[in-house]
Amino acid sequence: MINKNFFFKGYRSIFTHDSPAIALTCCFIAIGALFKNLGFNIQESIFSTVLTYALPGSLVMAESMLIGASLLNIFLAVWIVNARLYPMAVSLFPLMMHRSQPKWKYYFSCHFIAISAWLIMKSNYKNIPKKHRIDYWIGIGSATVSVSVIGTFLGFSFSEYLNKDMMLGLAILNPVYFLCMMIGASKTIPVTLSVLLGTILGPIIYLLSPEWSILIAGIIGGTLAYLVGEHSVS
Amino acid sequence: MSANIVYAILVTSLATFLSRFLGALTSEGIKETSKLFKWFNCLAYATLAALIARTIIFPAGVLVDASYSSRFLVVLLSLVIFFISKKNFVYPTIFSAICMAIINNYI
Repeated sequence: MINKNFFFKGYRSIFTHDSPAIALTCCFIAIGALFKNLGFNIQESIFSTVLTYALPGSLVMAESMLIGASLLNIFLAVWIVNARLYPMAVSLFPLMMHRSQPKWKYYFSCHFIAISAWLIMKSNYKNIPKKHRIDYWIGIGSATVSVSVIGTFLGFSFSEYLNKDMMLGLAILNPVYFLCMMIGASKTIPVTLSVLLGTILGPIIYLLSPEWSILIAGIIGGTLAYLVGEHSVS
Repeated sequence: MSANIVYAILVTSLATFLSRFLGALTSEGIKETSKLFKWFNCLAYATLAALIARTIIFPAGVLVDASYSSRFLVVLLSLVIFFISKKNFVYPTIFSAICMAIINNYI
């Protein structure tokens, strides 16, 4: 089944000095408070965090419900926002594929693809034998989902104590943490350029197409960075 | 549980899982040394960077209430803390939350 040593090694990654635990907890505290304001109960809030486990998608669902959007509209809006998970999965799973591991592990654990877990795995996979990377990944994913559930519970329970300034503080924390993680991960020319171009193009393209800006910026910026990287190697 | 909320959660999770599952499925035939993998790696980093930049510059939710200048100032100061602390992730993260609350309250 799952190798316990590597699973718990992955799980413990949430307790390291550069752990996303604080950022994740704070974000999901904000989400928990938002769910309560939307009329969710505690079961629905935790159900949503566990099943969706993607912050932008949860925000889109919340906004769509506020304006009374149909289920089809919610599906399309969330799918567009979370389409970024596709290239994230394709750029991670080949690093973990091993013949000896059953496929269900990959299909099940793809649910853990999110920025925090993805960046932890990307920075640590070289230290883990390829055969056990999937178990390590399941450990990371379980840890980040656990933290998210705790955050949602705290946010839901203490929403009346969270004033506007505190909510603002919680909201800025997430992009700042991920921005630092992305800069920290920029160790090669293609990755550095990808981060730089994505940062510049994302807001510019947003002015032209808010819905598709992230995907278009990702495709243009990523392709340019890849071509420059290939050119510099050759 | 309210049926409408449960349906909305199920639809949201289905839309989210679809991209993840298709990614896991198609990556079966991709080698980590291939050009396709390298291209997707660049796409993933650029997409994430675009998402983070958009969240800061064109936010959704409560961040809308903070002015552009306060958001820029907080991010800039947090990055300074990040580099001063030898690329520690926790110090700038905590700093950003405190700094945003103070700036928004007093400036």
